[in-house]
Amino acid sequence: MLKFIINRVLLMIPILLGVSLVTFIIVRSIPGDPVRVLIGMDQRATPEQIDNIRRAYGLDQPLPVQYLRWMSHVLQGDLGSSLRTTRPLTTELGLRLPVTAELTVLAAVLGTIPALVFGVLAALRRNTRFDWLTTAFTMIGISVPNFLLATVLVLLFSFRLKWLPPVGYTPFTEDPIQNLKTMVLPAISLAMPFMAIMMRFTRSSVLEVIGQEYVRVARAKGLPQRRVLLRHILPNAGIPILTIAGIQVAALLGGTVIVEQIFGLPGVGRYIYEAIANRDYPVVQSVVLVMATIFVMVSLVVDVLYAVLDPRLRTG
Amino acid sequence: MAASDTKTLAANTEAEEREHQARSPKGRGLWSGVLRQKLAMIGLVIVGFFAIAAVVGPLVAPSGPTEQFPEYRLQGPSSEYWFGNDEFGRDIFSRLLYGARISFQVGVIAVGISALIGIMIGMLAGYFGGWLDNIATLLMDVLYSFPTILLAIAIMAMLGNSLANVMIAIGIVNAPTFMRVIRGAVLSVRRTTYVEAAISVGSPTSRVMMRHVLPNVTAPLIVHASLNFAYAVLAEASLAFLGLGNRPPSPSWGSMVSSSYGFLQLAPWAAIFPGVTIALTVLGFNLLGDGLRDALDPRLRNEHG
Repeated sequence: MLKFIINRVLLMIPILLGVSLVTFIIVRSIPGDPVRVLIGMDQRATPEQIDNIRRAYGLDQPLPVQYLRWMSHVLQGDLGSSLRTTRPLTTELGLRLPVTAELTVLAAVLGTIPALVFGVLAALRRNTRFDWLTTAFTMIGISVPNFLLATVLVLLFSFRLKWLPPVGYTPFTEDPIQNLKTMVLPAISLAMPFMAIMMRFTRSSVLEVIGQEYVRVARAKGLPQRRVLLRHILPNAGIPILTIAGIQVAALLGGTVIVEQIFGLPGVGRYIYEAIANRDYPVVQSVVLVMATIFVMVSLVVDVLYAVLDPRLRTG
Repeated sequence: MAASDTKTLAANTEAEEREHQARSPKGRGLWSGVLRQKLAMIGLVIVGFFAIAAVVGPLVAPSGPTEQFPEYRLQGPSSEYWFGNDEFGRDIFSRLLYGARISFQVGVIAVGISALIGIMIGMLAGYFGGWLDNIATLLMDVLYSFPTILLAIAIMAMLGNSLANVMIAIGIVNAPTFMRVIRGAVLSVRRTTYVEAAISVGSPTSRVMMRHVLPNVTAPLIVHASLNFAYAVLAEASLAFLGLGNRPPSPSWGSMVSSSYGFLQLAPWAAIFPGVTIALTVLGFNLLGDGLRDALDPRLRNEHG
């Protein structure tokens, strides 16, 4: 088991290195001089001053040197600082990551519960009207863009019913109720495709397990349906569902870019979008790396859980 | 986000495959079979309608995409302007018809780029295996580790903000799923007797790949391309919503939603009609893709026969 985990962690290293390299190359290929962005409209800056700034940020070094420098800083926990605000990124992320984390977790919870319940029920009542409605719902769920869902939700709950604010954010520590009110609509918008895909996957995984011989044996033994479901079907169907849930976290993280933009949430998704628009190199570079690392970590946790649940995989 | 993340697309594909494996020859209800065919037909109709709109839409549109009728600003649907007018008084219905062409173009070219990259790398990796496979798989895992929309935005920033670059960005971020599908298909074809026979009679590798391997991976390729089209349309809409790609006044569906979002309270139709159009188009390709899999998957064909 330990060997499996160590192997899996070692496997992460080339992926993360590749991620950092791809990020670095893309970000450095973005046209436009970051120093120009930095000094903004201040045309009085002399070439000498520009050179000084360039040197101060290490932008005068050859690219491989810049890359190695960035990596060595990152490994020491220093993500660099924003060109615009000059604040360290760890501080900036400390402010924004909780917003995105809350949004993502809320969306995952809101999406997972109905997905499991309806997915299992649909599989058990296969080829009934209920099953058909569930399938129709999942097809629509993966086809509706989340900005359309957000639009409809805002129209209904903010403008028509006036229950929830259309935009804005209140920190949880300030007013928990108001915080949830500002988070519900973004979380639902983000959760919809996640829920749809999880529901479809739950249904198909359960269907697959139901056809297995051990389930037939369990039924033949006369075990009550409930026990067959809890002891034989769900644990086995749960493994692939868990994998997909892990992978879908990346989709949720990506979705925050749009959802945070619509609802004006000060999270990481919106931050990185603004940073790209502002050509804030260090921000884009490090935040993309952080997001990808979160995803790789989640996959690692999922793989380990997978091995815990399914002993056959421990050797591989 | 709606399947605008390639991971969602891949998961959908896997769910579909599991459903197939679950379908034992006897256990497959006739009702579900007929229903699935009906859904696929609905998908085909939507896709056909969309394709026709993309080709002839601009010819039959009642007014130009940027033609303004100031006296009709934010007017609701009427007999003259079916879907109402937006904040400049432009005819939303006409703009949607013009926008269909943009979405269609992006879909065709982005899917083409993904498929090309995916086929080349996937075939090489699946056929030769070894270090080539390792490197290709690593590259794919790396690209797969980024949230898709984020990678697309970053590539857009690198290449510049234009419609052509939207196609390239979507094409690149989605290539890994194609590579995965092709690689898997090649791996299984590689082990078949006819490929072994072709190799043993001395066919050159290129001939084996083009004549024996490629034709046998077309079925999964077509299915994946159809589902991918849905993804590409959605991704283009999402990027346009964020202001990337075709910028206003160009009638890209996604940017129509975002530019009308500010007038949501006054004129909800201006955002809703384009949004629903996107959703319907994507749904059409998703339904068609699932239906195509039913029709083209050889494992299923055996069940019928």
